[in-house]
Amino acid sequence: MDVLKKVPVREQDAKERATNFAEVCLGYNMEEAVEEAARCINCKNAQCIKGCPVAINIPGFIEQVKNGDVKAAYQVISESSALPAVCGRVCPQESQCEGRCIRGIKGEPISIGKLERFVADWARERGIRPEGAKEKKGKKVAVIGSGPAGLTCAGDLAKMGYDVTIFEALHEAGGVLVYGIPEFRLPKQDVVAKEIENVKSLGVKIETNVVIGKSITIDELMEEEGFAAVFIGSGAGLPKFMGIPGENANGVFSANEYLTRSNLMKAFDETSNTPIMRGRKVAVVGGGNVAMDAARTALRLGAEVHIVYRRSEEELPARVEEVHHAKEEGIIFDLLTNPTEILSDDKGWVTGMKCIKMELGEPDESGRRRPVEIPGSEYTMEVDTVIMSLGTSPNPLISSTTEGLETNKWKCIIADEADGKTTKEGVYAGGDAVTGAATVILAMGAGKAAAKGIDEYLSGK
Amino acid sequence: MYKILKKQTLAANIYLMDVEAKRVAKSCMPGQFVIVRMDEEGERIPLTICDYDRAAGTVTIVFQTVGAGTKMMAELNEGDSFHDFVGPLGCASELVKEDKESLKKKRILFVAGGVGAAPVYPQVKWLHENGVDADVIVGSKTKALLILEKEMEAVAGNLYVTTDDGSYGRSGMVTQTIKDLVEEGKQYDVCIAIGPMIMMKFVCLLTKELGIPTVVSLNPIMVDGTGMCGACRVTVDGKVRFACVDGPEFDGHAVNFDEAMRRQQIYKTQEGRAMLALEEGDTHHGGCGNCR
Repeated sequence: MDVLKKVPVREQDAKERATNFAEVCLGYNMEEAVEEAARCINCKNAQCIKGCPVAINIPGFIEQVKNGDVKAAYQVISESSALPAVCGRVCPQESQCEGRCIRGIKGEPISIGKLERFVADWARERGIRPEGAKEKKGKKVAVIGSGPAGLTCAGDLAKMGYDVTIFEALHEAGGVLVYGIPEFRLPKQDVVAKEIENVKSLGVKIETNVVIGKSITIDELMEEEGFAAVFIGSGAGLPKFMGIPGENANGVFSANEYLTRSNLMKAFDETSNTPIMRGRKVAVVGGGNVAMDAARTALRLGAEVHIVYRRSEEELPARVEEVHHAKEEGIIFDLLTNPTEILSDDKGWVTGMKCIKMELGEPDESGRRRPVEIPGSEYTMEVDTVIMSLGTSPNPLISSTTEGLETNKWKCIIADEADGKTTKEGVYAGGDAVTGAATVILAMGAGKAAAKGIDEYLSGK
Repeated sequence: MYKILKKQTLAANIYLMDVEAKRVAKSCMPGQFVIVRMDEEGERIPLTICDYDRAAGTVTIVFQTVGAGTKMMAELNEGDSFHDFVGPLGCASELVKEDKESLKKKRILFVAGGVGAAPVYPQVKWLHENGVDADVIVGSKTKALLILEKEMEAVAGNLYVTTDDGSYGRSGMVTQTIKDLVEEGKQYDVCIAIGPMIMMKFVCLLTKELGIPTVVSLNPIMVDGTGMCGACRVTVDGKVRFACVDGPEFDGHAVNFDEAMRRQQIYKTQEGRAMLALEEGDTHHGGCGNCR
């Protein structure tokens, strides 16, 4: 065993998985997990914990895995995280915990994500659940949205003894975990549904089909239904489009629509009633994790798939692991390329996409080199489907119906990073509704901070 | 679960249901819509709110069977339940937000085509309850498909019924009745037209000519209905708008109807296949491979 290297994790073969929706990564078994855990040197001043937005006691749980006591490891993780099986799968560990691992200086960092996943899966398979509050506080808190921010905030508050109800707009709880992230990265029944069950077992109630701002307002929740505090974790919102000609042609979709059809509505399954375009040649515009998810979904639905991104590979915002997996599966990357127009036939169906080649110029305000068009480099890509994955802008449903809740110039809800406090008394917020599109774990971190903020607020009342 | 308290067949393939949905009944306003799901595997189907009873906590929906989803829904009976019933979605009608005194001075014309009578009804009823009498044109293909005539009569100022084939009321399309009324000397400050996209397009072409500002209510393809998916985008005045959060009502003279009609066709082939599968089971898979 080479102590400088991670114990490799088993994955489904790239060729095989490109045609199915089963999970790509197969995870560690007990033996592999113990071997990997043994690489951890249990630093006194553990940098990995500082890299974790929910501050899991990482060396603590790894120590228990090393000893073979997985149940104890699960309890250590549960103190800080309500969704370990999710985080072990979708967190960008390379830029967080693993990015700070001392082992990573000379060799490869400890595979913290894979170990977390192992522990969470092990506990779930044995029906081990986190422990709930012993004493009730007798105060009601409403949580809006059942995505990572909401579930974390609700779970933490329930553990403190609050009576928590989550309001979810869709018919199923989970937010981006069910509508956004595909089955092959995050299994819905086996992983997401079970973690939500765990949160419910802490006493959290979930009411689906309630659109806050429409079905009921925040003020009504507080005044008529007796909620002493509210946490808003309503997520990102409206998909952005490029504003180029032809974008409303038949066959142009937002990544949100494409993924929601496939993930939430199960269109990937042939027996589902939900239709989805199974294109022959698909262009996915954008370079983030959502773009990778949409591309890999289209690939599995039988298409030749191109990622079209205006900067170079180095600037791709997606996780390295996702890009690597996408390439392995046969996704073609058309980098330094920008669409300028979508072409369609006389019935309005997409037939192609005009693109222009780009080169990198001077750095822009984001610090990344600005892509500049190369004159005369226009060409047409023949495609029948275009998926726009350009991020989202905030949903106005809540901010426009809540008196006293202020938003910033990007229309994101203003909330204090430390405790989630908004400009309205008793109302807290976190996750994409505050930051704009970010990651699952950052949303969880915000949910956690807000749970603490709400507890302080209600304890002082 | 959302229980069906009443089911009524209004015409061939057009059904009315009273559904128990307390939160929606409490907060909905004319112009808004709901999304329903029959069962755990069901599609999310956007439906018009036709009426509501705040005290009883019920919402009345009206739908026509057009695809496999609505066809299965039509088989539900009183006592059965919808698995999901979410709303109210979209913005309330502009009319209900207006100052009531100025509203009373307005000469308002509603134009309903086919099942469009259902979303028109709560608006006319709301106006009636607030002391405003509006003229209403209800058009249908033929007498047998005419719905909500009596209900509409009770709340409308003047009701004009027209059938395309002349089997009942006036004869011809709704646009003909609009022309006739204007020629008879009627004047309108605003027109609200709700019905099939093609009807709304032609009503708008006419009212533009006549100089009557016109509001339409669009029903494009939708998934979540809360602004997340962007499937329902329409071009209004050259700008992309989302019908679910910015609408469903828009300035009819600014809507790009041709694009909106094209976009409604996106899943037609797949919906057609689903319908065949529902009607014929597996028999239509002839193995030719052409429909894959």
